[in-house]
Amino acid sequence: MFRSTVRGPLNAAAVLTAVALIGACGRAGSGTTTSAGTASAGTASAGTTSAPAATAAGQAAQTGGVTIADAWVKAAPSGMTAMFGMLTNTGSAPVTVTGAATDLAGMVELHETVTENGVSTMRQKTGGFVIPAGGTFELKPGGNHVMLMGLKKAVKAGEEVDVTLSLSNGSSLVVKALGKEFAGAKESYQPSMNPSMNPSMSGM
Amino acid sequence: MNDVSRRRLLTGGAVVAGAGAVASLSLAAARSGGPSSGGADVATGPPAAGTATSGTAPPGTASRLVPFAGVHQAGIVTPAPAQVALLGLDLLAGVGRDDVVRMLRVLTDDARRLTQGRPALGDTEPEVAADPGHLTITLGLGPSFFTRLGLDAARPRSVRALPAFKGERLEERWGQPDLVLQVCTDDPTTLAHTTRMLTKDARTFAGVRWQQNGFRSTGAAGATPAGTPRNLLGQVDGTFQPAGDALDAAVWATGPEWFRGGTVMVLRRIAFDLETWDEFDPAGRDVVLGRRASDGSPLTGTKESDRPDLTARDAQGFTVIEPGAHVRLARAAVPSELLLRRGFNYDEGPDREGRADAGLLFIAFQADADDAFVPVQERLSKADLLNRWVTHIGSAVFAVPPGVTDDDGYLGQSLLEG
Repeated sequence: MFRSTVRGPLNAAAVLTAVALIGACGRAGSGTTTSAGTASAGTASAGTTSAPAATAAGQAAQTGGVTIADAWVKAAPSGMTAMFGMLTNTGSAPVTVTGAATDLAGMVELHETVTENGVSTMRQKTGGFVIPAGGTFELKPGGNHVMLMGLKKAVKAGEEVDVTLSLSNGSSLVVKALGKEFAGAKESYQPSMNPSMNPSMSGM
Repeated sequence: MNDVSRRRLLTGGAVVAGAGAVASLSLAAARSGGPSSGGADVATGPPAAGTATSGTAPPGTASRLVPFAGVHQAGIVTPAPAQVALLGLDLLAGVGRDDVVRMLRVLTDDARRLTQGRPALGDTEPEVAADPGHLTITLGLGPSFFTRLGLDAARPRSVRALPAFKGERLEERWGQPDLVLQVCTDDPTTLAHTTRMLTKDARTFAGVRWQQNGFRSTGAAGATPAGTPRNLLGQVDGTFQPAGDALDAAVWATGPEWFRGGTVMVLRRIAFDLETWDEFDPAGRDVVLGRRASDGSPLTGTKESDRPDLTARDAQGFTVIEPGAHVRLARAAVPSELLLRRGFNYDEGPDREGRADAGLLFIAFQADADDAFVPVQERLSKADLLNRWVTHIGSAVFAVPPGVTDDDGYLGQSLLEG
């Protein structure tokens, strides 16, 4: 369907429309999605030398201009954790991250953090993460993030975790995120179907 | 032009020339900017200038970056900035080789970002990272690191407990840790933030044995026109250093294979007895050192850059520079004894009686400590007149691995995956 490389702005716009109609509920099953490019935590950062810049360019060509830099995931022994980073879209049309997947977690969701009555709560991001044309979309603690739930094994500091983001242009972005100890990001999780806070789900 | 201004001009010219000559010896190495090589020439400004990523970089942050990537780690021949924190770490029980690889990946990632003015991943105070002020982060591995990971066969021969030296009073609390992170910067806030970030990322794997902080004058604030700093005894300290090819030969190890481009770091915490030093008159102090505190000139010369003449004799037939003078005994007797000194002062504040707890974090880099620091210190420990006022209370030795040249590598990789 839309897995082929995006060839131009018109195609991208068409894809976006299609995805919008389908509805991007931001859930993806476990398992590996087609890899269209890779970005490691070490190389994706801001193109300080020519090598990573070339990598980013090659990656961007395969994802319709979408890359990620500074990708990391909070170390966690079990339960849930989250991935962060800076998404960039160098293309001429907006691209939406419609879902994510990783072998590491039983369930992956795209989340936003909202503050109501002074309490930060995470919930699924309706419509996915829209990266504007020529713009960025930041995933950070206390903000938007990719939530990894039902961890099948510990996420350790210093290990590289692969997370595949599905894009509205039909391609996918394989993110290599570095595990890091992090004390923050403790907002409670509020599952969209259940208004009562589940203590076992906090800890992010 | 009148006579006064002409004289001033001539004098000024002489001073500048002298400064250049000294700089070429004492700071030179580092002017290589970094990690990659030691060849260098005369200083053209404060240490900051030599480290800039490019000669055309505008003033500001860009000129205050020391490259991270290189054949050698930064923070060795890099001009020493004003501040240092040495973080001595001991691996936690149960931490094995795979864990250490993960630890070094994280610490390397931190160093790669923070030294270039970018926050670490998950940095809770990212704003502080914006201006690193010549920040360098250098990793060293102690003898126990090798033993612990079953890597003794790869351990450079001189990375082992140093021999006991006469007069030392080593304290356990300043003893040998498994590894060290040397953090150097001009900015004390950057120092605290960086040390905190590294500590947070290391503590999953290692406990903190000690942190030793130090400082030194740089550039315009230096003691001499060359920028050679003073220690807390008031002495110009660090005038003669190997430079150019001699520096490369002195500092960079040629083996074992994984260690090529690395160096051996010796850290000695040297306490100064400032109370009794206060009782000592200036002339006596100069005799002990063999140099004048006033301008760093040797007793056989007139300016700091003059090479001390160890054979010169006075009218009575005695050597002008005493047999036990510090400069005589500290000088390399053979080229293999050359080492690069990159020390910092420390001052922990006075006790209740107002007595100082201050001294020197002596740091020396050399290809092999058995060839360089050990024989020199043997000599000093037995006969240095300065020993009456200085006492070695801490000691550690580290293998400083080569640098990282690609964007995915980590410090220590050639050892752990070699």
